Amino acid sequence: MCTTCGCGAGEVKIDGDDAHHEHEHVHADGTRHSHEHVPGAAHEHRHSYAPAHSHAPGLGAKRMVQIEQDILSKNNAYATQNRQRLAARGIFTLNLVSSPGSGKTTLLCKTIELLGGRQSVTVIEGDQQTSQDAERIRATGAPAIQINTGKGCHLDAHMVGHAMEKLELPADSLLMIENVGNLVCPAAFDLGEAHKVVILSVTEGEDKPIKYPDMFRAATLMLMNKCDLLPYLSFKVDAAIEFARRVNPTIEVIEVSATTGQGMDDWLAWIDRQAAVARRAA
Amino acid sequence: MHEMSLAEGVLQLIEDAARQQEFAKVTAVWLEIGALSGVEVEAMKFCFDAVMRDSIADGARLEILATPGTGWCMQCSMSVPMKEVFGECPQCGSYQMQVTGGTEMRVKELEVA
Repeated sequence: MCTTCGCGAGEVKIDGDDAHHEHEHVHADGTRHSHEHVPGAAHEHRHSYAPAHSHAPGLGAKRMVQIEQDILSKNNAYATQNRQRLAARGIFTLNLVSSPGSGKTTLLCKTIELLGGRQSVTVIEGDQQTSQDAERIRATGAPAIQINTGKGCHLDAHMVGHAMEKLELPADSLLMIENVGNLVCPAAFDLGEAHKVVILSVTEGEDKPIKYPDMFRAATLMLMNKCDLLPYLSFKVDAAIEFARRVNPTIEVIEVSATTGQGMDDWLAWIDRQAAVARRAA
Repeated sequence: MHEMSLAEGVLQLIEDAARQQEFAKVTAVWLEIGALSGVEVEAMKFCFDAVMRDSIADGARLEILATPGTGWCMQCSMSVPMKEVFGECPQCGSYQMQVTGGTEMRVKELEVA
């Protein structure tokens, strides 16, 4: 595991390449070594053996070390860095989160199509495997980069920082990050976005907000997707909104259908409004 | 899976501290975990052992300091205990609550040799 960022070495891929890292390891006996991972290159180790600790483990005097650090402090530091880099160039960033199958990618494609070049959009796609989603986005004409998290269940700020380096993000543009389909883990990981937008499709249960409260609490906006299917379902829109507000009293809600375009104007207007607010604050 | 990432975060903080404060072995770790942090303590214990294996904290004892959940009820205008993030006010039953405490997940201190 990379001690700089915690990613499993060789598992995280950005557009098929290994995320490029300098690693430093501290071994159980206290010796350290660092090495760099270069995609495709042989794995070269440069060990500099410091004199081993002279005490046999367990025999040395024990002492207490105060840490007082948030477990997520590393991720949060990377997120702050991303946020500053994005704000400096007027880039408005949204982190789209949901369970798998809520229609995030279709919604993104439709959003890009409706923006029609009025606002340039770049997409970072997160999935455990395959670049299918990035390819679907590229087909709309928008640049996209795929992060494969391997065994990981969420994107973190360090991966997104690397992806941002690979993308040429235009100033004053819109950056959409489609997180790994998962209603649990992505809630805890700040990526440097302005807002998390949670997508709940009406083919899911209306009680999802109280089953997965952390995600709905972390989001500013809930998009209720696939609303064109409501006539065929027993989904109760009011109940879903009530559950979401129980977890997050200030969450905004927009009902949309990426397929028919219903509610998409409201969603685009929300993006414009929030982007203006974020740019004024920067 | 979530607790696995968090345990890896703990190991990163331990390894950073080991570099800065020059210790070679960690024998115990104190984590402060709030009742509303979303961390499942049993899962964290399991993942902690797995992640620390072959590191400088291999076999370290894990101590959890649990902090209670508290929230501000907008109806009662007072601080009240909370059991869940979406819990209702135990005084008036309102869901208009803002969480004010119990979301901590921190590495407090280490016992090192």
